Amino acid sequence: MEYNYKLENGCLTIGMPRELDHHCASQLRAEADLLISSYAVNKLIFDFSGTEFMDSSGIGVLIGRCKNMNYAGGRVEAKNLNERIQKIFVVSGLHKLIEIHNEEA
Amino acid sequence: MERENMIQRNEMQVEFDANSVNERFARVTAAAFVAQLNPTMDEVEDIKTAVSEAVTNAIIHGYDQSTGKVRMSCRLEGSQIHIIVEDWGKGIEDVALAKQPFYTTRPELERSGMGFAFMEAFMDDVQVESEVGKGTRITMNKRLGNVWEQV
Repeated sequence: MEYNYKLENGCLTIGMPRELDHHCASQLRAEADLLISSYAVNKLIFDFSGTEFMDSSGIGVLIGRCKNMNYAGGRVEAKNLNERIQKIFVVSGLHKLIEIHNEEA
Repeated sequence: MERENMIQRNEMQVEFDANSVNERFARVTAAAFVAQLNPTMDEVEDIKTAVSEAVTNAIIHGYDQSTGKVRMSCRLEGSQIHIIVEDWGKGIEDVALAKQPFYTTRPELERSGMGFAFMEAFMDDVQVESEVGKGTRITMNKRLGNVWEQV
């Protein structure tokens, strides 16, 4: 698949897929959970730099990972959201749950 | 002869298997069809998101694990787009409840319960007709802003 992962000092960065919908949700969920439970992850970052589309199925995946991280006392962030993904975050209220960090190029 | 009152119309219909790989197919197809109205990027993305929600609902809730068909019909009328997504699956018992934000019958699948809320947020209006055991039909309309009314 098109995701990539980076683990550094307990910080797991997940490169999100180009189109985050129900079709790719279950695999992304399984892979992310495996990494979170296998390593001592204290911070999870969703990197949206390669993401062009996301619908409410994507929201479900993000909220689920947030819950898992919160049980373990970890933090969750999202970065590099394009305008559209940002809009999806705001419409769903996800921006109140996940800190957004957009690095200006 | 009735040129003055003529509104440009165009219609298309596709039917496909209730397979999650077709969620992308449906939204990209709808976007390609709407392109002839020269919509803004935002309008295209709104339509893609709404179609994705409706088709995903048909696949997950309408048919669950079983096979079936989903039909998407798009009609352009002047600057209006009408999209119908239909399935012949198990139907919705309580439409008002299903439309409530965060309500989901499938929490184990980590469904956010925001499907209808998204359709309503991104389209001008959304109608749901459903009959248990027969299926569901979702009708969504949107007026595109920068299209000339052809009169």
